Formats: sequence, structure tokens, C-alpha cells
Amino acid sequence: MSQSSQILDPRLLAAKSGRWHPKPMISNATLRWGINAAVIVYLVLLYFSVDINWSRVAQGMDRGVAFMGSFLTPDFISRGGEIMVGLRESLTMTFAATVIGILLAIPVGLGAARNIAPAPVYFFCRAIIALSRTFQEIIIAILFVAMFGFGPLAGVVTLAFATIGFMAKLLAEDIEDAQRDPMEAVKATGASWLQWINYAVQPQVMPRLIGLSLYRLDINFRESAVIGIVGAGGIGATLNTSINRYDYDTSAAVLLVIIGIVLMSEYLSGYVRKWTA
Amino acid sequence: MLVKNENNMLKLKGLTKRYATGDLALKDIDLEVPAGQVLALIGPSGAGKSTLIRCVNRLVEPTSGTIELDAKDITRARGSRLRQARRQIGMIFQNYALVERLSVMENVLSGRLAYVGFWRSYFRKFPESDIKQAFQLLGRVGLETMLDKRGDTLSGGQKQRVGIARALMQNPKLLLVDEPTASLDPKTSRQIMRLICELCQEQNLATIINIHDVTLAQQFVHRVVGLRAGEIVYDGAPDGLSPEILTTIYGEEDWSVEKHDDVENGENEKAKDVEAALLGGHP
Amino acid sequence: MPVKTINNIPVWQRREPLKQRLIWFGYFLALMLFLLCWKIISDNTIWEFLTDAHIQAASLIGRMIPPDWSITGALLLPLWDTLNIATVGTALGVVIAFPLAFLAARNTSPHPSLRAFALAVIVSSRSINALIWAILLVTIVGPGLLAGMIAIALRSIGFVGKLLYEAIEEIHPTPVEAVTSTGAGRMQVLAYSVMPQIMPAFAGITVYRWDINIRESTVLGLVGAGGIGLQMNAAINNLAWGQVATVFVLIFGTVILSEWVSAKVRHAVI
Repeated sequence: MSQSSQILDPRLLAAKSGRWHPKPMISNATLRWGINAAVIVYLVLLYFSVDINWSRVAQGMDRGVAFMGSFLTPDFISRGGEIMVGLRESLTMTFAATVIGILLAIPVGLGAARNIAPAPVYFFCRAIIALSRTFQEIIIAILFVAMFGFGPLAGVVTLAFATIGFMAKLLAEDIEDAQRDPMEAVKATGASWLQWINYAVQPQVMPRLIGLSLYRLDINFRESAVIGIVGAGGIGATLNTSINRYDYDTSAAVLLVIIGIVLMSEYLSGYVRKWTA
Repeated sequence: MLVKNENNMLKLKGLTKRYATGDLALKDIDLEVPAGQVLALIGPSGAGKSTLIRCVNRLVEPTSGTIELDAKDITRARGSRLRQARRQIGMIFQNYALVERLSVMENVLSGRLAYVGFWRSYFRKFPESDIKQAFQLLGRVGLETMLDKRGDTLSGGQKQRVGIARALMQNPKLLLVDEPTASLDPKTSRQIMRLICELCQEQNLATIINIHDVTLAQQFVHRVVGLRAGEIVYDGAPDGLSPEILTTIYGEEDWSVEKHDDVENGENEKAKDVEAALLGGHP
Repeated sequence: MPVKTINNIPVWQRREPLKQRLIWFGYFLALMLFLLCWKIISDNTIWEFLTDAHIQAASLIGRMIPPDWSITGALLLPLWDTLNIATVGTALGVVIAFPLAFLAARNTSPHPSLRAFALAVIVSSRSINALIWAILLVTIVGPGLLAGMIAIALRSIGFVGKLLYEAIEEIHPTPVEAVTSTGAGRMQVLAYSVMPQIMPAFAGITVYRWDINIRESTVLGLVGAGGIGLQMNAAINNLAWGQVATVFVLIFGTVILSEWVSAKVRHAVI
């Protein structure tokens, strides 16, 4: 059965005499050494670039412990009014922005799918998506606050814009990956463009869209708690102030509220997904 | 041939398994398997064949009864005692159960994990003797040129051979085989059965083979045990499986047609296998 | 697909009437909720400011174009800092998330209480943005790169941990059975049968998070946690929009590059 007299491969010969080691992950030796060298060079550069003031860190440890301890004594009451207002702003901003964002993301997503859109529309939509996704929500918030003034409106526009980029990209990818055959079949019946979308594209894309929308709702809520720092409304401003004043009990209260809402929304979204599946 | 030895490799006494749902999978099983005997376990789906095998090496915890391996009681063994017991029991799985992303060699060497410390096994620094043995075993099952191929690039028959090599790497005293041919085509099935039984003879292993193909079992094993609804209803020689006995085990069926066809096919298969052996073909 | 009969003629409807009504009601509720939210927001908005929003936008864009390229040289070091914040932060987060995921996965967790603990850590980490962590850390360890790195790490733990434990729960159980039956110890079983199965997912998740973290790191400087955000903050405070535009262009280029790297690595490790 075995042709032992014809074994030429050195690895097999070595194994026969009891020596064997697994093949390296990257087979091309020069590539492997190149990557290893690059990593070492990077680590050396890193060591010299990062300058940590360890004495400052040691000084701050008390504050760190105080912060962690404050989670056991959260204060919902002293600044309760501000927290409620901020929370209400955050929640309304989240919901409104997600709805607007998804509604606008549908045309942009359709326009960004190579198999549906003509070239100029495709490039335009892809550009919008790129802009929206490259910049963190805070940067977008700064710009919109400069345009629309302080307040939750700027926040809604910011989150809606971010939602468009997120949803449209994934929607476009889904459409591009959609099965050809049903799309051809519906087209062959002579359906209008809108009917074609509704009957051939939408059913394939819908389930994932619903899941993604719920996920984005969650992300938007978390972001809405942050953009308040630059004046775009929501609970972020209260949080920021409380931290800067070392009022850690209030900070802990706000953080616990945020964690609680995220937990609840995760639970609910799992439920909704099961119901709509 | 039923050889009742004093040195039984495996002894099951009163083995019972009741699941949390209330299902009684095994009812008071008594079984003794001496060293060197190949035993086929047959029975319909749900009869408890898989449960029985998995109770022996404690992948499934029995509810009551005792399991003795080489005269040592392992029913309640835990921790390192359980691992030492498992070292001596090799297991071959229905769906090969290879770690697909690892190479053939790594899969075979994983049979020695219990003999090698964590860090040595993590960095794949197995002892020389293990590697030599792995290479020899791979040669014995016809796969020595496939040392470094990834598990998921092999055919079903090849994967099963790797599984066999892995089990034998443990140098076990007992071999448990769970439906080795269920996912294989007829010719490969016969080759695998033949290979398993030859290896068991060579190494004097006690073997329990869980199999649903009765005729295949009859051609290769020493003893057949029929299981139905968790109880042993037949324990004897392979050619004692008359149509009445098969009915007791499986239920009402026209067994005569099966036997006749197979005699003819059996002779054709034998001719083909001789040809294959002469030409040195691998699956 | 229910079929009714009206006057002995079968009539097909897409859904049961009850279900259809529930769906309409759901949309109605959503619409009401939306209008309510809109009212609340509208009440808090000074609409007069919007009448000249388009003028504001135009003037803003006018001041940003052309970008002030003169500061590009001074931005390179902060950009390098941003890259390091993202890379070190991701590495730290992954190192912690890896064992945590094993504790959180149903099939590898040693004890239900440990599982609950791991899940709690993952949820808390997921709920709080890196920027919030950064604000906190700046008050604790002082301004600079360290605050940024830890902030990124803390956020990454939740993201990587969640995706990783979901991947662990989806592995094939039979290779694990097989390795266990050879008598291997618990850690050996994990290393030999679980880890190889999750390696592709692990690499993909790590690189994906690194890519997202690059984006997150660019803004941490706004609160003093190092990186190019510091320059951006200074430029905004001075209303030097030309410089802000340069920062934007650099960020854009970096993100495109990191996305390319991330896509390449994720394709290679299947």
C-alpha cells in the first residue's frame, strides 16, 4: 500500500525518522520575514513615540477608585431633572433620526447598487455613503451645530446622516448579492420598475434590513448620549458636566441609565426579530 | 465464536441511562467483551446503540450500573483518573469528527494529547516516537503522502482513515466505533470495515462497532449483539441472525430478499477488491 | 397564505386579516411616536436660526475650501499618534476579550455565574462609547495617549467579546467530542478543537474593530485624549476652518487606507 521506496519529499522523510513541525501560516518565506520585520520595527517606533507620565497616573488612581466606587452609590436625584430632560431628548432624537435615516437610506441604497443604478447615480450615492461613514458622528455633529445652531435638531440631522451611510452601504451590498434569477424572472413579466423592486428585490433584502435597523437604533441611542458634548442635544451634556465637576455619583447614575436602556433594547430587538422572522 | 475469557477487557453490569426527559435509553445492560474480540452492535435507530458506546467512555453519564475497563471500575472516575481511562479507549466517529482546519498530521497526533503536556502540545512539539508512530499509522491506512493536507480537503473515506489513525495513536486497549460507514459509499464502507477489523486483530483490541448495515457486520465480526429499545435481545454468532431474530430486533420485514442479493454482490465485490489490492489503489 | 371563500368564490389574501390589521396598527403607532418625538424636538429648536441655515452652510463650506495645506507637516505626528491609539487600544481590548468570550459562551463556560459575569462586562463595555470613556480617563490618568488607548480598549472589549462568543457558540461539537474522548485535558481540548474553528472569525473581528477604532481615535483628541483630534479641536476653537478641512482630508485618507487593509485581511483569512 505505501510506496516507501519512492518518498522524495523532505518533510515526509523527516516525519519517517520522527521529526515534524507544522507548516508556517504564510508559506512565502520572504513575505513572512517581511511581516515579522515590519512588526518589530513598528513596536520599536511605538516604544519611543508613546510618552506616559506614570506619576500622573499614580496620582489619579484615587480618583479612579472613587469613580468605580460611585457605581455602588449612584445619584439619580440631585440632578434628576436634568437627567430626565437629557434622556427624553436622547430618546426622541434617536427614534426620529433612525426613522428619517432609514427612509432616506432606501433611495440612496438603491442608487448605490451596481446592478440597479446607472453609473452617475451610482457614483453620487457611493460618495454620500463614503462621506457619511468616514467621519465619526461627533465631527458631523460639529458641522451641523455650526449650521443649525445648538439643540436637538442638529443632533437629529447628525444621526440621520450617519444612519444613511450605515444602512445604505449594507443595503447596497445586499442588493448586489441578491439572486439574479428572481430579479430576471420578475423583469420578464413586464413589471414596472417600482413593482420590480417591490417583488424581486425587497423580499430578499427585507429580513436583514429589519435586523440592521434595530441594530442601528441601538447605535444611534449610544451616539445620542455623546453628541451632546458639542451641543447637539441629548444626555451627553449632563454627563460631560458631571464628569468635569468630579460629580461621579451623578455620572454613575447616567451611565447606569444608558447601560440599562441598551440592555432593554437588546432584549426587545431579539424579541422583535423572532416575531418578524 | 464466543470465547469467554477470564480477562474481559470491558465489563458492563446493569448499565442504565435515563435522560432528563424521562426517556429510558438503556435498560440494565450486561455485557462482557474480551480482548481481541470484534463485536458488532446492531439495532434500529433509537435503540440506544450510540448511548451505550458513549456511556463507556463517559461522554454520556450513565444513570446507574458499573463500567469496568481492564478490571478497573471507571464508572465514577473524574478528573485525571477519567482522562487516564479515556486514554486507553479509542473512539471512531460517524462523521469523522476531524478538526477540519488542522492538517492530517495534527489530527492524528491529537490522539496523543493525553500523554503530552499542554505547552508541548500547543507548540506541536510531540516526542520523536509519537511522530514515527503517526507516520507509520498513516502509511498503514494509506495516507502517508497527505501529512500536511488540511482536513477539509479530504474525501469522506480519507477522513475516516485519519479518524482511525487518530484512535490507534492512543495505543488503546478498547476501540469504540460509532457507525463508521454511515456516510460512505458501499465500496469505501467495505474497505473501512476491513481495515478496522484487520487493525483490531493485529493489535488484539477489544472492539465494539455500532453499525446499521447488518450484512456488512456479518462479514467481518466475531460476535453480534442486537439492541432493541435499550435492551439486549440477541447475543451470539453473526450467522445466527435468522430472519426471526432480525424481526425481533428490527421489526417485521422481508429479510430473505436482502440475503440473496448480497451473496451475489459479495462475490463481485470480492473480485473487485483483489484487483484493487494488486494495483495498490487508494480511495 | 390564507384563502377565504366569499359567495363560493375563493379569495386569496396575503395575510390573515387580523395579522394585517396588527401590522397597520404597528405602522400607525410608529407614526404617532414619530410625530410626538418631532414635536418635542421642534419645541426645543429655535426655528428662526434655520432660515439662514443654507447661508451658514455655504459660508462654512466656502471657508473650508481650499484647505490650508500649510499645516500638513505638523499633522503627521498627531496622525501617527492616532494610529497608535487605535492599534494599541485594539490589541489590549482583544487580549481581554478573548478569555472573556470563552467565559461567556454557553458551550465553553465553566460555570453559570462566571458566564453571567462575563456577559455583564461585555454589555457594559458595549453600551458606553469610547469618547465617554475618554472623558473619564482624562480626569483619572491625565490627558494624553494613555487615556485614549484605554478608552479604545474598554469599548473594544464589548464589541469583540460579543462577536467572539457568538462564534464560539456556533462551532461543530463533534471535533470537541473527539478530542475529549482521547483523554486530553480541558485546556488542550479548547486549544485543539475550539480555537482552530474560531480562528477565521477571530482574525476578521479583530481587524474589523481596528478599522472602526481608527475612526473613533480621530475624535478622542477633542476631549484631550491625544491624537489628531487635539489639532482639530484647536483649529475649530480658532475658527480656522481651512485647517479643519485639512484635518478632514487627512482623516478621510487614513480611513480609506485602513478600510482597504481590513478588507484585504478579512478576505485572506477564510
